[in-house]
Amino acid sequence: MARVIELNKSITDSNDRDAQQLREELRRRGLFLINLMSSPGSGKTTLLSRTITDLKDDVGIAVLEADIESDVDAAHIESLGAVALQVHTDGMCHMDAGMTRRGLEGMDLTDIQLAFLENVGNLICPAEYDTGAHANVMLLSVPEGDDKPLKYPLMFSMVDALVITKTDTLEYFDFSIEKCAERVRRLNPGVQIFPVSAETGEGMDAWENWLKSHLE
Amino acid sequence: MHELGVVFHVIDNIKEVAEEQGITHVEAVTLRLGTVSSVIPEYLEDCWKWAIGREPLMTDCRLAIEPVEAITYCEDCQTEYDTIAHGRTCPNCGSEHTYLLQGNEFVIKDITV
Repeated sequence: MARVIELNKSITDSNDRDAQQLREELRRRGLFLINLMSSPGSGKTTLLSRTITDLKDDVGIAVLEADIESDVDAAHIESLGAVALQVHTDGMCHMDAGMTRRGLEGMDLTDIQLAFLENVGNLICPAEYDTGAHANVMLLSVPEGDDKPLKYPLMFSMVDALVITKTDTLEYFDFSIEKCAERVRRLNPGVQIFPVSAETGEGMDAWENWLKSHLE
Repeated sequence: MHELGVVFHVIDNIKEVAEEQGITHVEAVTLRLGTVSSVIPEYLEDCWKWAIGREPLMTDCRLAIEPVEAITYCEDCQTEYDTIAHGRTCPNCGSEHTYLLQGNEFVIKDITV
C-alpha cells in the first residue's frame, strides 16, 4: 500500500550538516580552508603562485584543484613548495562538502595550516553549496568589469573577502575600484576587499596579512 | 549542469530518509521549486530520468514539481511585487531596498513509498 511521507526538507540540509562537521574537524586539526571562487581566467593561478611563494617559509600550504578545466597546474603548484591535488568533479558545476572532504583525504596534510579549494570556475552554482570552508573568497579581475556585482549578487553577498586581481591593467580598462567596492558593500557590508596585482606585488601584503590573521 | 548536481543532492537526502525509516522503494517524489531558484524544471526532469536509473531504491520513481512564485518585498514602501517582472528594483517606488520573500525554494515536499 502506497503512503505519502511529508518531508519538507530543503535539499541543501544534508550538505549543510556535512559542511559544518568538516569545518569543525579541520579546525581541530589546525587547518584553515579557503573556498576560492571566480570566473575562469580571473587570475587564480597567478594569485596562488605568488601567495605560496611569499608565505611558504612560514606556512604549510595545500591547494585542492577542482575546476572542470583545470587552470591551476598541480605540478606547477607543487614546484613552488605547496601540496597540490587535482580532483575530478565529473562535470559537476560546484563542489559540495562531501567532495571537498574526499579531496582533502587524498592529500598529505601533515604540516599544512592553510588550504585553498579552487572551486569550479562559475559565479552561480558554487555560491549555493557550503563546502565546509572557513572563509569564502572570490576573485574578480579588472578586465571582467566593475559591474559584475550587479549581475551575480548572490556570489558577492556571501563572500568574506573579495580580491580584485590584475590591478596593473587598470589603466587599460574602464574599471573603478571605488564603484565596484560600493556595489559590493551594498550587498555585503562586512566584506574585506583587496585590490592586488600578483604580477607586480602591489596590494599582496594586505591580502597575505588577512590570510595569516586566520592561522593559529 | 547545475541540475545534475541538485538531483544527486535530492537522491542523497531521500536515501538518508529511506535508511532511517527502513523504506525499500520510493514510487514518487514531489519537489517545491522556486521560480528564481536557478534550476530549470525541464533539465531537472532529464537529469532525474538518468540519475534514478542508477539507484535501485528509486527505479521508475516519478517526479512531480510544484512551482513556487517569486515575490519580493520593498522595505521603503512596504509592498510586495512580482520578482520575475521587476527584479531587485521596486516598481512602486523605485527603491533598491528590497529582499526576496519567496521563490528560491528547493524543497523535497514529500515522497510516496
